Amino acid sequence: MARSQWIAVRSVLVLTLLTGLAYPLLVTGLARVLFPWQAGGSLIERNGQVVGSALIGQKFQDPKYFHGRPSAAGDGYDGAASGGSNAGPTNPEFLNAVRQRIDEVRRENGLPAGAPVPSDLVTASASGLDPDITLAAAEVQIPRVAAARGLAEAAVRELVHKHVRGRQWGLFGGEPRVNVLELNLDLDRMSGREGV
Amino acid sequence: MASDLLQMALLIGAVLLAAWPLGRYMARVFEGQRTFLDPLLRPVERWIYRLSGVDESREMSWKTYAASLLWFNGAGLAVLFLLQLVQGWLPLNPQHFPSVRWDTALNTAVSFVTNTNWQSYAGESTMSDLTQMAGLTVQNFLSAATGAAVVIALIRGLVRRQAAAIGNFWVDVTRCTLWVLLPLSLVVSLALVSQGVIQNLGPYVTVRTLEGAGQTIPMGPVASQEAIKMLGTNGGGFFNANSAHPFENPTPVSNMLEMWSILVLPAALVFTFGRMTGKPRQGAVILGAMLLLFALALAGTYLSERAGNPLLAQMGVQAPTAMEGKEVRFGIGQSALFSVVTTAVSCGAVNNMHDSLTPLGGMVPMLLMMLGEVVFGGIGSGLYGMLVFALMTVFLVGLMVGRTPEYLGKKIEAREVKLATLAVIVPAATILTGAAVSVVTPAGLSSLGNPGPHGLSEVLYAFASGAGNNGSAFGGLNAGTLYYNLAIALAMWIGRFGVILPVLGIAGSLAAKKPVPEGPGTFRTDTSLFSLLLAATVLLVGALTFFPALALGPVVEHIMMWLGTAA
Repeated sequence: MARSQWIAVRSVLVLTLLTGLAYPLLVTGLARVLFPWQAGGSLIERNGQVVGSALIGQKFQDPKYFHGRPSAAGDGYDGAASGGSNAGPTNPEFLNAVRQRIDEVRRENGLPAGAPVPSDLVTASASGLDPDITLAAAEVQIPRVAAARGLAEAAVRELVHKHVRGRQWGLFGGEPRVNVLELNLDLDRMSGREGV
Repeated sequence: MASDLLQMALLIGAVLLAAWPLGRYMARVFEGQRTFLDPLLRPVERWIYRLSGVDESREMSWKTYAASLLWFNGAGLAVLFLLQLVQGWLPLNPQHFPSVRWDTALNTAVSFVTNTNWQSYAGESTMSDLTQMAGLTVQNFLSAATGAAVVIALIRGLVRRQAAAIGNFWVDVTRCTLWVLLPLSLVVSLALVSQGVIQNLGPYVTVRTLEGAGQTIPMGPVASQEAIKMLGTNGGGFFNANSAHPFENPTPVSNMLEMWSILVLPAALVFTFGRMTGKPRQGAVILGAMLLLFALALAGTYLSERAGNPLLAQMGVQAPTAMEGKEVRFGIGQSALFSVVTTAVSCGAVNNMHDSLTPLGGMVPMLLMMLGEVVFGGIGSGLYGMLVFALMTVFLVGLMVGRTPEYLGKKIEAREVKLATLAVIVPAATILTGAAVSVVTPAGLSSLGNPGPHGLSEVLYAFASGAGNNGSAFGGLNAGTLYYNLAIALAMWIGRFGVILPVLGIAGSLAAKKPVPEGPGTFRTDTSLFSLLLAATVLLVGALTFFPALALGPVVEHIMMWLGTAA
């Protein structure tokens, strides 16, 4: 029996070298060569400054920007504290929070009382870092953003539609979606207000 | 809806298409036959045996096999536990995380060694890169290889005639790691990086957002861990949000790849079983039962999520209403599919927060874990669990017609039936006892994250996940307490080894038997009738055991929600 114990300890250590050091370091090296941008976090630069990651949502509250989804990550879109609300479907606190968000979305975007509201704008995502909103959620915000920037609604709408992503490879995914950070970066570019 | 169904069909098609050749390849690997990777891997294999002192020609009795397995997992547990306790003083810790609290470290060590990957910590604020790589990733490989070894030993027990030995544990684990898990992980991890999964050893980056606030962007060796997290049916996320995190699962295509990776090895092992027994139809029958149960489960969760939350619809929220805890890039279809895949297989990765699923949408994953994780199930554990149910089924049929049951030419007698019953009862009793104790003690109740029947669902889910070695959670439950760290750790340990030991016992006792020739009175186990009986046995045992508990949790909540009342 003493033999088995000794073999057990030694094989755990040997296999640790192989699967816990050699393998991840090999993948790190190959990833850096093959896909350096993705491996480093898909970071986006503007005027030489890193302003975020194309994959990680940001908190937007200014009316001149499109807003993302409610976030339960820290104080909202905290990249060091990902996570969802974990609220159950009949939790009264959750239902109240949704009711308040609905009122807010309607107020901010000048929608009449009782107007339907896209679900992703009033529910928190799973990661708290969801970079996307649905096309419907972007369209609701077009009049507000256009007014705040003094742009024509048609121009903003055109920009939104340029950013729509359908199903990946024509097959995979859910509803048409828009990456909020990329859209807002393009909006700034259009308004000539880069880096304000 | 048509698009969702198409994606589901494509996933299952891609899994079966790959599982068939992969299963045959794995049969060659475990039978020690030549494969195309031998020139590269045989030298590495010999080097491992030399360093660890393994004699690869020596076969083991089931008792030696079981003892080796326990020592191997015990050593893994000790190493992983200690690594977390001292990570604060070790390198590759760019965020300077302190050492992990002892009860969290113990829970995590048990969790990763038992292939559960229940997480009572948030990865991005707890674990150093070194712990993630040399601790958690390692057990992602080794616990998966352990599961595969057990099912291969059981298959040998079915195949061998009057034999005393069921294989060599060290060889099975090493060959599974080298020939199967490492090559697949390498390919899958690079494919994931191409989609945007990160892989680096840098410190977190702080950026200035468009609105001028600071935002932390986490970094780390994610892709290498993500690949084996899925392929080894582990499920432990690098980040707290697991496969919902854009750095773990950035696109719909990465999501499909991750679901494929979860399913492919458990499905392939069924083909390995058909190959090694020389009776591919027996494998097909088991696959049929798994696919049937999978389709039923998927229909349940998908339809419930599509129907959504009527309480939100009343407020004026547009369909699909059930978007709380889901990501836009996955939508309802890929989220519901992932939830069923990850709980049918005992993976436990999540791309949406199961606590926020609709009541029935969340009940199905819970039930899949309660059924014993046999619908594909974990790598190895799914198939050996299903074979245990196959023995139960021939036993039940034998009772009805009054004959000694047989399976694959071996008589199933009192000893095997007792051990099979044990393997079914132990996890079930663990779930119900653990949940019952938790809902009557202050330590158990103080962690609830949601009121009403949903609170009971959270506790039930936690113990089903622990004992089923799944690892997903209704995350509203605060599992990071001393009570839950120890209680769930115990449930995970019993749920793993309380099944493995009886299964190895069955393997040993079957191997020693003389095969009996098939006669006119033999009940055939290679027919679609047996597929149906097998699926029915799994459902019946699960339903009889868990219906009362489920009725008080998700079923009550479902009725409340559709009557329009909050908790």
